[in-house]
Amino acid sequence: MLNPLTSKERMRIPRQPMPEHAPEWRRRNFFEVNRGLDADLARQEALRCLQCKQQPCFQGCPVGVKIKEFVDLIVAGDFPAASAKMREDNVLPAITGRVCPQEEQCERVCLLSKRGHSVGIGNLERFIADYERQSGCVRVPPSAPPTGKRVAIVGSGPTALSAAGDLVQKGHQVTVFEALHQIGGVLIYGIPEFRLPKEIVADEVENLRRMGVDFQTDVVIGRTITIDELLHEEGYHAVLIATGAGLPNFMNIPGEHLCGIYSANEFLTRANLMKAYRFPEYDQPIYDCRDKDVAVVGGGNTALDSIRCAVRLGAKKAYLLYRRSKAEMPARTEEVKHSLEEGIEFMTLTNPVEFFGDENGRLEAIRCIKMELGEPDASGRRRPVPLEGSEFVLPLQVAIIAIGNRGNPLVQSTTRDLKTNPSGYILADPQTLRTSKRSVFAGGDIVTGGATVILAMGAGRRAAKSIDEYLCTGHW
Amino acid sequence: MFRIVDAKYLAPDIKLFRIEAPRIARKRLAGQFVIVRINETGERIPLTIADSDQTTITLIVQAVGKTTKLMNTLEQGSVIADVVGPLGKPSEVRNYGTAVVIGGGLGAAIAYPTVKALKQAGNYVISILGARTKELVILESEMRALSDELSITTDDGSYAGKGLVTDRLRALIQAGRRLDFVLGVGPVPMMRAIAEVTRPHGIKTMVSLNPIMVDGTGMCGGCRVLVNGRSQFACVDGPEFDAHQVDFSVLTARNAMYREAERVALQHFLHQTEQDVKEESMIAGAVLSTPKRAGCACHSTGKP
Repeated sequence: MLNPLTSKERMRIPRQPMPEHAPEWRRRNFFEVNRGLDADLARQEALRCLQCKQQPCFQGCPVGVKIKEFVDLIVAGDFPAASAKMREDNVLPAITGRVCPQEEQCERVCLLSKRGHSVGIGNLERFIADYERQSGCVRVPPSAPPTGKRVAIVGSGPTALSAAGDLVQKGHQVTVFEALHQIGGVLIYGIPEFRLPKEIVADEVENLRRMGVDFQTDVVIGRTITIDELLHEEGYHAVLIATGAGLPNFMNIPGEHLCGIYSANEFLTRANLMKAYRFPEYDQPIYDCRDKDVAVVGGGNTALDSIRCAVRLGAKKAYLLYRRSKAEMPARTEEVKHSLEEGIEFMTLTNPVEFFGDENGRLEAIRCIKMELGEPDASGRRRPVPLEGSEFVLPLQVAIIAIGNRGNPLVQSTTRDLKTNPSGYILADPQTLRTSKRSVFAGGDIVTGGATVILAMGAGRRAAKSIDEYLCTGHW
Repeated sequence: MFRIVDAKYLAPDIKLFRIEAPRIARKRLAGQFVIVRINETGERIPLTIADSDQTTITLIVQAVGKTTKLMNTLEQGSVIADVVGPLGKPSEVRNYGTAVVIGGGLGAAIAYPTVKALKQAGNYVISILGARTKELVILESEMRALSDELSITTDDGSYAGKGLVTDRLRALIQAGRRLDFVLGVGPVPMMRAIAEVTRPHGIKTMVSLNPIMVDGTGMCGGCRVLVNGRSQFACVDGPEFDAHQVDFSVLTARNAMYREAERVALQHFLHQTEQDVKEESMIAGAVLSTPKRAGCACHSTGKP
């Protein structure tokens, strides 16, 4: 116990706010919004931790980071030790420190949250990871002696990266296959620069490379190579499918083919992966948002990421159209706050009905209907019901549809004996992540449907453990 | 990195590349395509695989916009940052009986592998190649070698018969020939016209669509086309669709979505190339202090 303060003294310290760039400035560029804690703020925040015996935060973390221990090391000022402690359980701390919904996990169960504000665990995690990164001496964990077993991982998002980190430490040879030209999956194409700088993802990938993970881009499993070929021709002993939920849903309403209407996947891929915000220095264009009225449909993080990109691309008006109320929005609290500060107009209890275009097939307006909340549905949230006679028309030149994804069928449709559910997701045991096909495991959004980075990482860790067991015992 | 082992012009602005890509070469079937990204700042564009051998794939590129113009500056020994595939569903090849394959302009290169496959499947293959003018007729001898009949049309009458590919198709039908299958590949107006010629006769007709794509694996939905009133993704559900069910108006509009940006990108590229040429000639002229590139106005985008 390194904290010199009494519990009462600790509880008197207010939660240290995350320093951030002013909305007026940041809404016109792609710089990261949050600036991060400095060492003094971090230590002050760490001092608030009660070091309670129960450690609910540890239970609340999907990958089981030993939070109490690393916070205590921050109090002691031993930042390298704190980062080493964190890396024991989390191979991507600079990423999770930025994108985890902490308020739903570790911070929600923190004892302090019942008496005001929880310890800023996410902010501390980010501080430690950034400190380590900037010091230039990231100590990657040692690997066990080679086992001679080879594992292929399909996809390179959070599930894949965390599984790769764990498996390579166990001494297995790991190859990650990515369909796009860059490693990182949703961390690269989906989450924007202002929330997760791409340099950070690249650094974490580099750490994994140093640990021995082999990354191969431009390989579409199911097309370039099939799962059966990986197992029977390319000599892999196990395969983990972690392709994510990558087939965007549309609303199937009239006018959805008009120019200017995007899936969030496409809009974000153009803006982030292809760096369209730097057009024409980068070649991939994006629909000109300057002085346009732009709306996103949806209420999750993806919706907010999309509309905040549109604001940065010069949108005049930016709307969020969500069919439920603000309370039901699945987005992170911080993103909602940032979005409102950046001038995004939330039109909740509103659902699109039809898009209208001009004679060149370009979006001009949208017709919406107001909703009210009825009885709870299968998700437990109150079901939105249209309000008769409440339709209205809004001028609109760009619309982004962010209402979730289905499973991408490329792998499933080219793999024998791989069972899926009616939505196209792969059936896998929730604990062992084993699929219906011998030696093949699956985890992350391709099993659960769209979730969060940290839940995907949790799946990656479970998959790694289960694959290791299988490789060591040979029992299926 | 993917190395170009052979590069040669087939016609003005139309260049053939053989690219080392053994994994793709081994797998690809007629009708499939790759997504290419030339360099770090490049965009991703789909290109149909025209042919392959043990280790290489063949791409035929017509310089139209910035990316294709840049691609056509590449030579044997150059490398391309990314080539991914094979993508899309292969052509539905079986023995239909008599198959007509129509390639308009660069469409000949896209149709070529399917002609080959249709012939191998036992079809009587009639090929029709159309081009604006004589020098833009490509793959004539290759097509002739594979086809039971070949006819060529040029818009200006500078080679073979003057006219449109649809004139030939119509003539075949009017002559009472029994046609069991038609594949049309080329500009959208041509494919639409082919659909209208065969529709009254109920001839199974497929067209290979060329919408704008980004990832090519179904992830972005940018290539969605309206087929039989339903949204389909050309990259995973296509690129070939039943011509009689395709909404060509939607395709035309969506393909024009980035026209202004394409113009800017091309202008930027041509300006840059001009600067490079000036710079090179200065170095060649033994100017001791190389002047710093002034850069054009379009370079002034704010970097993050």
